[in-house]
Order: sequence, then C-alpha cells, then structure tokens
Amino acid sequence: MTDTVPAMHSDQFEAELILRGVLADVLGLSPERVAAFDADTGLFGHLPELDSMAVAGLLTEIEDRLDVLIEDDEVDGDMLETFGALLAFVLAKRADG
Amino acid sequence: MKLTGWTAPGGSEELALAFGDGGTQRLLVLPAWFDEGNKLRHVTIETMRALERLGVASMLPDLPGCNESLAPLDKQDLPSWRAAAVEAARQLGCTHVLAVRAATNIAPDLPGWAWVPLAGKSALRAMLRAQIIASKEAGNAETSDGLCERSKAGGLVLAGYRLGAEMVAGLAEAELPHSALTSVTQAEIGGPGLWLRAEPEHDQAQAEALARIIAAGLLA
Repeated sequence: MTDTVPAMHSDQFEAELILRGVLADVLGLSPERVAAFDADTGLFGHLPELDSMAVAGLLTEIEDRLDVLIEDDEVDGDMLETFGALLAFVLAKRADG
Repeated sequence: MKLTGWTAPGGSEELALAFGDGGTQRLLVLPAWFDEGNKLRHVTIETMRALERLGVASMLPDLPGCNESLAPLDKQDLPSWRAAAVEAARQLGCTHVLAVRAATNIAPDLPGWAWVPLAGKSALRAMLRAQIIASKEAGNAETSDGLCERSKAGGLVLAGYRLGAEMVAGLAEAELPHSALTSVTQAEIGGPGLWLRAEPEHDQAQAEALARIIAAGLLA
C-alpha cells in the first residue's frame, strides 16, 4: 500500500517536468526561466508569441512526449490560459490513460 | 549562393537557390511546409551554406504555390507536388535529396535523408487544431471532421494558407511513405526542434550538425 503513493507522485513529477520541457522548447526559454513558472503563470492570451499555431504545436508535442491523446473538444482557452490549468489537464489525461 | 530557375510540370516558372558547384553529386533540398516552412527557412539555408563549405552543392527549389511562386497554392495537391519535386530534381541535376519534415511525403525516388519526417496527416492535424483554437477564441465551435467536410466544397484557409480540397483530402490520408531515405532524428542534431518555436529562431549548431551528417554520407 505505502509504495503506490510515492510512485504516483513521481509520475506526476515526471509529467510536470516533461510539460516544462515542452514549454521551454516552444517558447525558446531556458529551463531556469520555465522552472520559475507557477500555477498562475499566464500562457495562451498572455504571451503574444503563443499564437494558435504555436499552441497547436505545443499540444501535439505534449501528446508525443506524454503519450496522451487530446481531443478537439477538450481544447479551450481556459485549459491553456495558465501553467496550472494546463498541468491539471495533462495530469488528468495521464490518470485517465 | 546563386538564384536559378526551373519549370514546374504545370508550366509555372519557379525559382531555386543554388549553393556551391562542382562535384558529381548535388543535393535537392525540399523545405518544410506552411508554418513550419517559415520557422525552418533560416536553418535550412544555413545548412546549405554549411554543406557548401564542406564541398557539397545543393539546390532549394520553390514548390508551386510556395515562397516566391506565382502559381496558386489552392491549385496544388500532393500528386502535383510530387511531380514537381521529381521535375525539380531532374532539371536542377540533383542526385540526392534532403526532405525536411512534411516534405518527406513528396520526396522523389533518390537516395538521401529525411530530417524528422512528419506525415502529411500530422501536418494537417496541427493546422486544423490551430484553426479550431482560433475559432474557439472567436466564439465558434469547430471540429476537425467538420472542417474537413467543409473543405470538400472549396478547400480551407488554414493558418493563413489557402489549401484546395484535393490538398486537404490528400493530406488527411497521408501516412509517412516507406522511402529509402535515412531518417535524421532531432537527437542526432541536438537541441529542440526549431519548428516548435512560437517565434522563428535560428540555431547555427543545428545547421552545422545536419550538414555534417549529410556530407559524411555523401562524401564517404
């Protein structure tokens, strides 16, 4: 029983690291800059360079690196608005899978 | 670098950039498509410059409907681009090919390399998704299936590119071809894929790494 809880936490930690890695590659930021993102850090609608095409690339890269499938109707402005919202979405997808 | 020209099968006069000369081998460079084409143009051209320094000549043709081409993009489809790539290789005297990303879908039957190949259907999916996100921001709900259905009546404008119905239908079905090209992975090049960048950016180290891989294969 006790060994399953740390395993889940480490999976969440890994997913968060991968998500930060994708954002670093899309935004062209250093890992240090992206490590400073918190739940309220604004993404789509806050960063002018993050246009719809860049977001589409971001989602495709998330699918590849995190082995999840994101449906059209799951994509909306709220889920993309902050780092916290995107991370919560990704963790929920991983839990479903 | 020199500007040269070639004639596409549809009759349009197209430009090509020529780097280096001499040698018995010449590389046809088929650039990435659409939005990725903009993001990778700089690194593609710097790869060709680096190849020239390594003694490899290369040619970068405009496909009909792309870059400086006066041919309408919405009249192109995958078969017409495949025929154009074959014809460009023949007229420009190319013996090998470097296909960048989705260009792998139209590479002529020559030996060469595919830099992180992207299936046509994946290229289309990214553009459809961008359209869905943009529409949602504007208050309209759209789906990939709905957009593809709408395309049948006269094509679609995706990410600013006017694609004909035939192109959209062709891309939707396009899996990566089983080609003889050697895949070059991003791990071999080092650094993140520049097509992912929200803003186009250049990385000279990536251009040099890709050029070294190709030159090593060509001049071996």
